[in-house]
Amino acid sequence: MSAPLIEMRGITKSFGAVKANEAVDLSVAPGEILGLLGENGAGKTTLMNVLFGAYAPDAGDILVEGRPVAIHNSADALAAGIGMVHQHFHLAPRLTVLENLLIGIPGKSGRIDRAGGLARLQEIGRQHGLSLEPNLPVSALSVGEQQRLEIIKALFRGAKLLILDEPTAVLAPSEVDGLFAALRSMAAQGLGIIFISHKLNEVRALTHRCVVLRHGKVAGRVDHPASTTSAEMAKLMCGHEIVPPTREASTPGAAVLTLDGISTSGHAGTPLRDVSLFVRAGEILGIAGVSGNGQRALADVISGMLPPKAGTMTIAGKTVAQFSPRELQALGLGRIPEDRMTTGLVTNLPLADSMVLPRIGTEAFSRKGLLNPAAIRAFAEEQIKAYDIRCPGPMVRAGALSGGNLQKALLARELAFDPKVLIVSQPTRGLDIGAARFIHEKFLAMRARGRGIIVIGEDLEELLMLCDRIAVMYEGRIAGTLSSADATVARLGLMMTGAGHTEEAA
Amino acid sequence: MSAVFEQIFQVGFLAAIIRIATPLAFATLGEMFSERAGVLNLGIEGIMLLCAMAGFTAASLSGSLWLGVLVAVLVGALMGALHALFTVALGLSQHVCGIGVTLFCSGLAYFLYRLIFGQQSVPPSIDGFKPVPIPLLTDIPILGPAVFNQFTLVYLAIIAVPLAAFVLYRTPWGLSVRMVGENPRAADSAGVSVIATRFQAVILGGALMGLAGAFLTMAQFNAFTFGVVSGRGWVAIALVVFGRWDPWRSAGAALLFAFVDALQLRMQASGLGHIPYEAFLMLPFIFTIVAMAFMSRNAVAPSALLKPFRREER
Repeated sequence: MSAPLIEMRGITKSFGAVKANEAVDLSVAPGEILGLLGENGAGKTTLMNVLFGAYAPDAGDILVEGRPVAIHNSADALAAGIGMVHQHFHLAPRLTVLENLLIGIPGKSGRIDRAGGLARLQEIGRQHGLSLEPNLPVSALSVGEQQRLEIIKALFRGAKLLILDEPTAVLAPSEVDGLFAALRSMAAQGLGIIFISHKLNEVRALTHRCVVLRHGKVAGRVDHPASTTSAEMAKLMCGHEIVPPTREASTPGAAVLTLDGISTSGHAGTPLRDVSLFVRAGEILGIAGVSGNGQRALADVISGMLPPKAGTMTIAGKTVAQFSPRELQALGLGRIPEDRMTTGLVTNLPLADSMVLPRIGTEAFSRKGLLNPAAIRAFAEEQIKAYDIRCPGPMVRAGALSGGNLQKALLARELAFDPKVLIVSQPTRGLDIGAARFIHEKFLAMRARGRGIIVIGEDLEELLMLCDRIAVMYEGRIAGTLSSADATVARLGLMMTGAGHTEEAA
Repeated sequence: MSAVFEQIFQVGFLAAIIRIATPLAFATLGEMFSERAGVLNLGIEGIMLLCAMAGFTAASLSGSLWLGVLVAVLVGALMGALHALFTVALGLSQHVCGIGVTLFCSGLAYFLYRLIFGQQSVPPSIDGFKPVPIPLLTDIPILGPAVFNQFTLVYLAIIAVPLAAFVLYRTPWGLSVRMVGENPRAADSAGVSVIATRFQAVILGGALMGLAGAFLTMAQFNAFTFGVVSGRGWVAIALVVFGRWDPWRSAGAALLFAFVDALQLRMQASGLGHIPYEAFLMLPFIFTIVAMAFMSRNAVAPSALLKPFRREER
């Protein structure tokens, strides 16, 4: 193999008392795709931010093509030929594609060099098969296209090494294939690529070599990812074997939640049309479907945020009258919303406050109309311990927690009051294996206790593993329901495109 | 009624609109540059007052009007730098600092004016700028004498609008300004200094506000009074929103406001004397509020407006 394009030697970076990176060595050769694996909080993003100049390392050297370089900011990194596609895109939505590319590029005789920019854009399009309409505002692009723009932006600046921080987290499965094809073509032309992910099957499919981080240190290196099993890699990431949870056979009891002929209107997204479904005690019902087929409206109706236009809903035999979150909660419904940051909790308030938010006025947390801070704190401390929520304490700003810990906090908040039925959307999106496994185990334990759970999700593998029955949504209707014995990824996939529905009607 | 209208719509009326619009245009463009970079500058009212005073004083003491203009521009740029120091470098609240700058500048203007000129029953005045007719162009019927027989500063304002649009939309610096106002992180990761770009934009904005102040005391009134700005700075902030943060639209907004203001001045002077003049004075402001209510609904501010930028945040 030729001389490394980039070499990081003994990189150490601390935030206060936390060592985010400790003596990390890493190198990438031209034409190589390196996988950087690790659980959330293992230090992958910190390491790449050091390489890109966003953080200054406490110790260690960075070598570009054998020469040591000092990278103090992103301008230095760009000059050294390092480009980065961040998890949250660095684009200005209201400026055009071309303007986003030309930012920071010196002009020609005092003007923005549009002609030069267009020519370069076309050249990149030819070379790597990446093209975009230059005069569209970025806000008009899909997420996949915005990511493509970020990649083009890096190439535009002459990047020889491209860092992609969890690029597939935001993509639909079909878009992932396109991204991988583009990355392979770039590597074939001699670019180095660092691919950060915690999705093992993707890493095995794409990368030539892997570095696994755990607690900020290199936990292992994998030289042939394609011939290494996911279980071996997972063990490196977590430090212990990951055993997939088993779903014990069970006999479901009576229905705990029933929807009968629910239709909605006037809602952002696809409205529901005559939706009927039920979930029984000791049962997990999955709701599959391509996103935007009414899942949001379904979650909002069940959690009391969207009163339906027609139809009835019952919880534990009682008909819902008002469709307010408070009423549903009183009837025994728990909910974990899709967007942890906006509808889940209040990011600027202490974690403890968010953890009692749905029950803030109840006797458990208030006395004579005044909050009982001691009780709130005690509750939060108890849950933090019980669910191993990693945070400095109950009074930390909720927004400072990582995704996995936030999800645990939300789960703790709902499960502490043992709801009869729980509705949850995208329970493990963005979480690493360890955190996801923890959440799955909690769901299965609830099921074993005779509770009902509705899981709305896009990850079919996850639904197949967890659910007793899976209903598929298509254009606001239930296109069909399969039992776990009959459901396969292929059958569900077909139903999600509407094919199953027409078959049924014919 | 027709007699009233005849009295209103004539060459002098058109010329008045242009004259009233000029300081508003400078101020609006100044505020626009600052806000496009993500910095609201509520110091505008005070900066205009201080610059009006500083320019007037310099001109009055030196006898050179252009030296006065230069001093006003420099003082405006300096006050812009002061606002940027608080809001950009230190990342403090833009609202609070802006109001602070206005109070500081107003107080300083009163204080220095009293110190230099003392208490006088008739405020001292200067021999201000004279209209400079542009040959040939003045001969265009109606438009000629109204637009091309004006102060040099008016011509400067007319040139400033396309120039601002060119700088904002066609130069790399203008793109940087728009980018740091929309997504500073994107600009930062592209190697653009967010802090420097914001400083430059706020300073340029302050200099333009200085021009607005200079026009008031050296062309429009030729004297300094404590009420010389009388809310024009606040109006400019509204006009930026009304003009959707665009130089052309902002200039149009300034013209529209000037039209209503000129109209109410004429109405005061015309036969409608039985109505108290204060009622007419209110008109431009009522117009601003109504226009804002209707026109600004789908106006979208720069995304990063009011948000300080810090790099190593975790």
